[in-house]
Amino acid sequence: MKVLVAIKRVVDYNVKVRVKADNSGVDLANVKMSMNPFCEIAVEEAVRLKEKGVATEIVVVSVGPTTAQEQLRTALALGADRAILVEAADELNALAVAKALKAVVDKEQPQLVILGKQAIDSDNNQTGQMLAALTGLAQGTFASKVEVAGDKLNVTREIDGGLQTVALNLPAIVTTDLRLNEPRYASLPNIMKAKKKPLETVKPGDLGVSLASTNKTLKVEAPAARSAGIKVRSVAELIEKLKNEAKVI
Amino acid sequence: MTILVVAEYENGAVAPATLNTVAAAAKIGGDVHVLVAGQNVGGVAESAAKIAGVAKVLVADNAAYAHVLPENVAPLIVELAKGYSHVLAPATTNGKNILPRVAALLDVDQISEIISVESADTFKRPIYAGNAIATVQSSAAVKVITVRTTGFDAVAAEGGSAAVEAVGAAHNAGISAFVGEELAKSDRPELTAAKIVVSGGRGMGNGDNFKHLYSLADKLGAAVGASRAAVDAGFVPNDMQVGQTGKIVAPQLYIAVGISGAIQHLAGMKDSKVIVAINKDEEAPIFQVADYGLVADLFEAVPELEKLV
Repeated sequence: MKVLVAIKRVVDYNVKVRVKADNSGVDLANVKMSMNPFCEIAVEEAVRLKEKGVATEIVVVSVGPTTAQEQLRTALALGADRAILVEAADELNALAVAKALKAVVDKEQPQLVILGKQAIDSDNNQTGQMLAALTGLAQGTFASKVEVAGDKLNVTREIDGGLQTVALNLPAIVTTDLRLNEPRYASLPNIMKAKKKPLETVKPGDLGVSLASTNKTLKVEAPAARSAGIKVRSVAELIEKLKNEAKVI
Repeated sequence: MTILVVAEYENGAVAPATLNTVAAAAKIGGDVHVLVAGQNVGGVAESAAKIAGVAKVLVADNAAYAHVLPENVAPLIVELAKGYSHVLAPATTNGKNILPRVAALLDVDQISEIISVESADTFKRPIYAGNAIATVQSSAAVKVITVRTTGFDAVAAEGGSAAVEAVGAAHNAGISAFVGEELAKSDRPELTAAKIVVSGGRGMGNGDNFKHLYSLADKLGAAVGASRAAVDAGFVPNDMQVGQTGKIVAPQLYIAVGISGAIQHLAGMKDSKVIVAINKDEEAPIFQVADYGLVADLFEAVPELEKLV
């Protein structure tokens, strides 16, 4: 089967971000960017499906700036066969990304689409569900285990009380949780080979997709700062403070 | 304005998360209706009708809605949504699973995990693992929103007397099926609703050592949480994880034991009223947010703490 994986270029998860002084957003100038960690897991899962002989071709797609080519090349180095960049200048909302991805799904006709459950910048946790809605496909969100069984896909999902397993008709949409797998590193020979793999660039307009959004960010602020408290010397002192000063026990 | 709240329920009654979501709806203003979708949910509807401030309860009781599969429940909500100004659900795994599907079918953007209501169309929500707070305005005809439950004080579960109305619509997409579930059993309070949370990290060393935290928690009437490191190492099941990718908690007292304090963990607990850190590494980042820090070996400090409280 053909597997489509959507990835996003985001600020590296180790970076402590700073809010811009004019409250227009987060300062991303000269900040290290990487593939969103949940997207790495999505790529890894697709590659493992290919290694098992389940997947035949892996197409990786990103909707974002020209620089997202770097992350697409990373995915190619990890084992994807070819890449598509839907080039969009501004930070897009989830629905616009889902619409762009739907256009790619219509064209590529994959049997399985894998996305991360959320991007660590916008923290929306929406795109996979929205893509499932727009394509009319079943969704297996927050997946910690994925198994193809004939024409069905068994997905074990992480839910609030534990785990839940659902059977989805293929084609289907899956979003990854952290425990689905442990992503591999790209080796240098694979990084070199990835430079020769095909990377196609399209514009949202070519796909007939509108990027309009009903959401507008008015401002972005730093959260209320929480300052360091005091260090206590002993457990007895800690209990005394919790009882008499903080009054929480 | 009329607001539809999608109820979260467990064990035949509405879950606490529903009460926080009704509180968010009350802040927006207008009539609040609650939707209970599922199979054999009569008891849930009765408990929803008692929630203070709820004007009406809609019950969609149908086999298709069992286990609230999003492929079936989303079209139901979309059909009902046309008569509402807002559709709200708690940002639980169910809410996060269903509402974006609803939003896309309505062709509107969703707003995730709001922590405050500024006006009927403007809301605040954390981004970048809680390191920035965005103020977002929605121009959608129907505003689709998930609510971070720790951002709103729960309304009273008793005192209301809403009318209960059955919804006949049955949507069955037939593209997904429930196979089974494996729920973690615990007698301790639910993590997101507990007044005190004791959490362990990689410093616990192994899963067996979590027994120290369980006995301390039982003495305090607390829930037990964990960092991602502890979950990934297999010490405890993943539904105990606190953080950006796990559960968000804001208890009165949060005791972090053997947790270094990575930003992903802080995103899940930094709104706690009082934070206590017990760690033998004096340089651990957790001490930068802890109200009370104790630099000590947790295997000595935790049993002593249990003895003295």
